[in-house]
Amino acid sequence: MRRYAVLVIILLVGSHLPASLFAQEPTDSAAVLELVTVPPPAYFEVYDTPSDHGGNITLEWGLSPDDGDGRNNVTGYQILRGEGPTGYFEMVGEVLKGTTQFVDNTADEGTQYHYRIAAVARTGLSERIMAGPVVSRQQWFDRTRANLLVIAVLLVIAISYYIYKGAIGSDLYIRKIAGLEAVDEAVGRATEMGRSILFVPGIQDMDNVQTVAGIAILSNIAKRTATYETELDVPVSRSLTMSVGRETVKQAYLEAGRPDLYNDDIVHYITDEQFGYVAAVDGIMVRQKPAACFYLGAFFAESLILAETGSSIGAIQVAGTAMPTQLPFFVAACDYTLIGEELFAASAYLSKDKKMMGSLKGQDAGKAIAMIFIVVGVGVATLAAITGNDGLTAASEWLRRLFSLNF
Amino acid sequence: MKRTIPLMITFIVGISLILAIFIPHDPFHGLDSNFSIFYDVIAVFAFILGGGNLLKVHLRKIQDKRLDWKYSIVTVSGFGLMLGAGLLKIGVDGGWSGDYQGAGGLFNYLYDAAFQPLQATMFSLLAFFVASASYRAFRAKTREATILLVAAFIILIRPTPLGYYLTFWLPKPLQFLHIPNLSTWVLSVPNMAGQRAIMIGIALGIVSTSLRLILGIERSYLGSEGKG
Repeated sequence: MRRYAVLVIILLVGSHLPASLFAQEPTDSAAVLELVTVPPPAYFEVYDTPSDHGGNITLEWGLSPDDGDGRNNVTGYQILRGEGPTGYFEMVGEVLKGTTQFVDNTADEGTQYHYRIAAVARTGLSERIMAGPVVSRQQWFDRTRANLLVIAVLLVIAISYYIYKGAIGSDLYIRKIAGLEAVDEAVGRATEMGRSILFVPGIQDMDNVQTVAGIAILSNIAKRTATYETELDVPVSRSLTMSVGRETVKQAYLEAGRPDLYNDDIVHYITDEQFGYVAAVDGIMVRQKPAACFYLGAFFAESLILAETGSSIGAIQVAGTAMPTQLPFFVAACDYTLIGEELFAASAYLSKDKKMMGSLKGQDAGKAIAMIFIVVGVGVATLAAITGNDGLTAASEWLRRLFSLNF
Repeated sequence: MKRTIPLMITFIVGISLILAIFIPHDPFHGLDSNFSIFYDVIAVFAFILGGGNLLKVHLRKIQDKRLDWKYSIVTVSGFGLMLGAGLLKIGVDGGWSGDYQGAGGLFNYLYDAAFQPLQATMFSLLAFFVASASYRAFRAKTREATILLVAAFIILIRPTPLGYYLTFWLPKPLQFLHIPNLSTWVLSVPNMAGQRAIMIGIALGIVSTSLRLILGIERSYLGSEGKG
């Protein structure tokens, strides 16, 4: 009788209290009730993260029916990891509601793991569900870069084919590049005026392909200055570029049959500091007034300072860079500008070596492939937008993904 | 031999780095960062060559009293002062055990009080050079230069109040000519198309140059044959 009286009192009091009060500060009995009623994730699976260096395991699950739906009381998910199906499980992560994936990047490679997941409500946890075993391993191929591999193979085949064509002596037409045709004009002009030639190979080190391209052009220019006995000055901003530049110029003077004209001071180091280097080169320009200035390599903010100073002393200027942000400055201030790919083509163009010319032709083939894909992609995307056809939309999406490179 | 060994190194390193892009497994994983470290180590030693060359060139110029030799005194003095302040840790809290860039040190003072303002001065010269280059580039001498001038005018006027008030009154069918809209169009359509074309060309150029270097077709950067 006494028990019934207590139960009636509890029910009466409970029915008059606001529901929110239970939600904020549940009694023990309420928590027990929630523990039973919070549904776990719909499913749970674990697998070794693909295309990685090992050490990662990916966990995926379906949302608990009460996550964003139903009673909508799930606040997140708790993830535990153990090295066996039973025994100790440590917590490796907690994620917010609405999340369906978690990457455990603390896994040891080669160790077998089991995972448990539970939905977390404010009042307690759901039943834990388990998945595993799973082992993290290093992969031998990064599948996310498969498209890059396809593109690279296509380009390499095209370029190699034309290098081969060049090697067997096929005639390859290469369009005239005005900036490179001007090299002889610039060297000739400096010779006639009895003034020097200034060559700036950019401000980056030898690990930058633009610097390598610049140095390759320096080789051709140095051959001409050696032949015409014109003074050449190559101030550099990196020590390794100085070493490579010296070897290159020395070889060019040897090949031109004028090793007597070569001295180590032709290529000299200034400083690694960007504006310190610019100040020094500007000083050389203003004092020595070279008749021709070449800026071929990687440039940043100093491009316009150099080119405008060169312009102010009346030098004939040839610039080339693959830095798109600096190209407008060179175009505005120099007589000739090698735009992007022309910088890389310069060495082959000037050397007239058949194999090198073949690589340029291969570049053109690569460009043709790019053009075909652009035209096809634009056509398919336009048709997909107009017609709403699922097949065309899928094809357009596939083409977009093909060129979405993952680095 | 002097060329064969570098060519072999270039080939092996080039191929390994290409493979490292596609293979996340050891020993390819992290190969690019490891090679970068090797490169930095070599570059550090090369810096001694660079510093030595700077001193050699300018000291000889001073000794021979060549043209403008007085500037070389400034260069050598600046080099010696910064090097000495850093190596000897002059004025650094904690003396020899302190950081050469530490507060109160002469190196830090010279960097903040002399080097930084000089750098900023050189950088600020750009403002004047931009003005003079723009003047030459935007002269409407040819059809292309006129298009450039009009495009530049639209882009430059956009962020100013004038850019808005000049054309805000245009009726809705002509709103595409409203300067902020026109400017966005210039940047995102013709400008973007040109930039992408250049970028595609650059990417192909890099692939082609890299292939020439890896296959040993491009050798001019290797210097002399030697007798080896």
